[in-house]
Amino acid sequence: MIDLIGQEIIDAFLNNFWSVGAFYTLALVIVVSGLLVVLMKNIVHSVLWLAVCFIGMAGLFLTLDADFLAAVQVLVYAGAVCIMVVLAIMVIRRADMKLSNPFNTQVYAAAGVVALVLAVCTFLAARTQWLVSRARVPENTVEPIATLLLSKYVIPFEVVAVLLLVALIGALLIAREVKADADTDAGQAD
Amino acid sequence: MPTLTPVKLIDPVALLTIGPAHYVILSAVLFCIGLFGVLAKRNAVMVLICIELMLNAVNINLVAFSKYVTPTDFIGQIFAIFVITVAAAEVGLGLAIIIAIYRNKVSVNLDDFDLLKW
Repeated sequence: MIDLIGQEIIDAFLNNFWSVGAFYTLALVIVVSGLLVVLMKNIVHSVLWLAVCFIGMAGLFLTLDADFLAAVQVLVYAGAVCIMVVLAIMVIRRADMKLSNPFNTQVYAAAGVVALVLAVCTFLAARTQWLVSRARVPENTVEPIATLLLSKYVIPFEVVAVLLLVALIGALLIAREVKADADTDAGQAD
Repeated sequence: MPTLTPVKLIDPVALLTIGPAHYVILSAVLFCIGLFGVLAKRNAVMVLICIELMLNAVNINLVAFSKYVTPTDFIGQIFAIFVITVAAAEVGLGLAIIIAIYRNKVSVNLDDFDLLKW
């Protein structure tokens, strides 16, 4: 009996050595860097670990046969979002960055809530019987995604484009420097 | 003679066969890290970063379900693309709002943002 179970384990280990190793390595990278994002004292270091976390997640997408999403993840998150956050931090930085990332007074309450959520999610995920499909993901994922985006999902696609434009203009308007003497109306109002 | 199968808390074979449950649990861990940051951080920029972490955890779920449940439909991947787009818009607007508030209050401490409180 014990030999049988041992043989089973060895078989399961050898059958998908690379995918199992990749998953656990990437999971470790993601979780550790995610924890460091929250726990770092200096917020710039947090953003650096955030980039590590995003790149690990791109690797995880590769293990899930989503190569296009992995590329988008590196471009948008590890590239654009991290740079934008660092720029914002530089705009609003204070004298010393050493303690720029403090906790507030509800750390213990937050930890309790989070532990509860994690316990419930993990329990339910481990208990669920998943209906796994037998089919495989096609080798080429970009073409089906492009076809779907421009046929079945064309309206959400266009709406999201408008949303990005609105967000861009809105961000520019909100973050624009307000000079009291440059704008006559604003100057009179002041 | 009835044989009792021992209840295994941690099944090694299940641990070594990667399935949707692994990805869902990883995404739950990441989501909870983000949630903890949102609840317990004082810096507004940090709260935005943690919201990004939570959105990414959701993306892991979507892509994992796309692979394991509907591999040929790509619904999960397309929704992940939409989530990434909305997250990018959200972080841009959020940072702009934080910068605008910083101009007024010279602080990014969320406890100081009490303009609407009376």
